[in-house]
Amino acid sequence: MYQLVKDFLNGLWNENPTFRMIIGMCPTLAVTTAAMNGIAMGLATTFVLVFSSLLISLLRNFIPAKVRIPCFIIVIATFVTVVDLFMAAYFPAIHKILGLFVPLIVVNCTIMARAEAFASKVTPPRAVADALGMGLGFTWAITLIGAVRELMGSGTLFGYHVLGEGATHWVIMLLPPGAFITMGILLGIMNVITRKSARDIQCH
Amino acid sequence: MKELFFIIAGSVLVNNFVLSRFLGECPFLGVSRKLETAISMGIATTFVLTMTSVATYFIQFYILEPFGLSRFLQIVSFILVIASLVQLVEMVILKTSPALYRALGIYLPLITTNCAVLGLALLIAIKRYNLIQSIAFGIGAGLGFTLAMALMAGIREEMEFADVPEALQGAAIVLITAGLLSMAFLGFSGLIPM
Repeated sequence: MYQLVKDFLNGLWNENPTFRMIIGMCPTLAVTTAAMNGIAMGLATTFVLVFSSLLISLLRNFIPAKVRIPCFIIVIATFVTVVDLFMAAYFPAIHKILGLFVPLIVVNCTIMARAEAFASKVTPPRAVADALGMGLGFTWAITLIGAVRELMGSGTLFGYHVLGEGATHWVIMLLPPGAFITMGILLGIMNVITRKSARDIQCH
Repeated sequence: MKELFFIIAGSVLVNNFVLSRFLGECPFLGVSRKLETAISMGIATTFVLTMTSVATYFIQFYILEPFGLSRFLQIVSFILVIASLVQLVEMVILKTSPALYRALGIYLPLITTNCAVLGLALLIAIKRYNLIQSIAFGIGAGLGFTLAMALMAGIREEMEFADVPEALQGAAIVLITAGLLSMAFLGFSGLIPM
């Protein structure tokens, strides 16, 4: 049980895919023009991550080592198709905004990396705990980036006006350069936080 | 002819795959430390992108659509074709030019998980390009990717000697630099009548 909690927490901070591993950058930068898009993208990715990790972990003794990568890709692509059709049917508006990046969940390095490095080596419960942690870690990270860009770019947060009428909107934050710069500065802030906490631990 | 030029220039400058469409960020941030490897990576990816544009054109318009399978099998079939295409390219390069194979090394299999390749295939299906337009789009996407990689690698080589604040060292300063590059590329918008 303790091991499961540890696996789950690992993805939230220590090996956070976005801020620590810096993988899966394409959707992170592309869809984060609003906080809501971040949540939608994050949950869609979490779904694919959890179910593909579960299936790969269940099949780990049956997949021959030589053809494991194509097998992983087929499993992942199947769940992405499920998410794509589900979102198109029930959330057409957000599906349209995310557009190309819903099918592109297939090539999100996070999923492949967890399948290869973790899910294909451990029991199903551990694989699911890890996938859930990684997925939610990805979700909070891109929601944060989306919130920063939305707040600065259009003065709203999850669609509600927070900055008032007089605030200046920095349109650049909603354009491609804003994504790169926000991500870079947040990464810098994360570096400061982790270095400080590392120093605190050393002191005690 | 003019239309093909618009497609190529559009995907190199106006809607650069890396800097404004956000496709292919992983190699752009990961393999852009040295100019030489960045350009090799760019050329290999251009090759795969061009082959993919041809292959996915035929799959989309001659297999998936006539049989009404596009909705259900598009993602699975595209990613499988790309994976086998990359494998094929790897074998061909190994046979014809072992030197180039050694130079590209581990980067070749990584092209499979480059968003730009699958993104290109899906965009061709969305934009309903014909065969010639698809090839032009593939070449343009590859050139745009190579251009962005080369620019970034050139800047990063210079940046090794710069005094970067401690917190921003590593990926953070690379992302901010990419933001400035992307801002420069915004200047190209409106270059081509859409």
